[in-house]
Amino acid sequence: MPLVFAGVCSHAPGIVGRAHLADPAARDSFYAALGKMRETMAASAPDALIVIAAEHFGNFFMNNMPAFAMALTDHYEGPIEDEAWLGIRRRRIPGNRELALRLITRVMQEVDVAYAEEWKLDHGIMVPLHFLTPNYDLPLIAANINCQGPPLTPLHRAYAFGRALRRACDEMAERIAIVGTGGISHWPATPNSGKINEAWDRDFLARWSANRREELLAYTDEETYRQAGQGGFEIRTFIAVAGAAEGSTGEVLYYRPIPIFSVGCTAGVMRLGTAKATQDLSPAAA
Amino acid sequence: MSLYYLQKILFQLNRDPVVRRRFETEPDELLKEYELTKEELDALREPNIGLLYVLGVNGQLLMHYAAMRGFPWADYIEAMREGVRRYGPVRAGIYAMVED
Repeated sequence: MPLVFAGVCSHAPGIVGRAHLADPAARDSFYAALGKMRETMAASAPDALIVIAAEHFGNFFMNNMPAFAMALTDHYEGPIEDEAWLGIRRRRIPGNRELALRLITRVMQEVDVAYAEEWKLDHGIMVPLHFLTPNYDLPLIAANINCQGPPLTPLHRAYAFGRALRRACDEMAERIAIVGTGGISHWPATPNSGKINEAWDRDFLARWSANRREELLAYTDEETYRQAGQGGFEIRTFIAVAGAAEGSTGEVLYYRPIPIFSVGCTAGVMRLGTAKATQDLSPAAA
Repeated sequence: MSLYYLQKILFQLNRDPVVRRRFETEPDELLKEYELTKEELDALREPNIGLLYVLGVNGQLLMHYAAMRGFPWADYIEAMREGVRRYGPVRAGIYAMVED
């Protein structure tokens, strides 16, 4: 069954945890866009959801930091953060180990992805789930790209990871949705928390929605750090979704800087057409 | 400078209730297990959040340690700013990857 949905959204903890401090009109308009994204995803009737996140030392540390990792588990726990701080109650969330095993096995034909049979969810996945699957009933397959610090996963490898996921999803009997979560520009948990580079964000989203691969991969990490802060490294998750939707273009459902949420709040979906991903690097394709 | 071990203990404090308990009941024994300089040990114990930031601790680790030590969000942000005023720019780690 071809991939049925691909989208992106923000995941900053303040989106839920500091909701009461935000301008109500701004907050409500963003929540409405996430509601539209939820409806679009639900209309695609997915059997499982892959969330490509930028993990924040919830599961991995510099003693063994994977460039890519996917969860191989039937259940998760999250959030790891304080429930009151994040505004989301801790709970158990279903996975699908058997499907994850098939997906990872296929992805590994092209990308050397690590797997983890134990995975805790932080705000990077909990905030998107809070809006997109509010009943927490859609089996989750968590994925992670190292967006924390050098040596960072190269952007072209993030795109290739998305391509590999797409091919894996297309070969499964299940209907699968993919959501990438992160940035765009932000300076999380630093003295510059709340700073947002709107012009840089809008330029990035133009590249993303046009799905112009070369333009998406043209950033250097130094440039991204200067223009978009450490949080800007999370463009890797959006780029992976672009790779999964190669041949398709996207629509930005929402973009608005909301400083109390510490991020330019974003929601977007790819219009998945009939285009199939290209350049299968697996031996079977050779 | 042993930023790796400084961040490692914060990672473990954030994740592991047993490490947190030991930090409360036998901090000296616990801290011996990490290769830390006197400056790093003092910053952890005080806690001097601003100095920890200047030493290069990633905010995704530091914000949880600050919360654990009772810093509300605004105080955490201000502590980092004060750290830069007192000790100068961040010396290592991700926030020192480019020169201002």
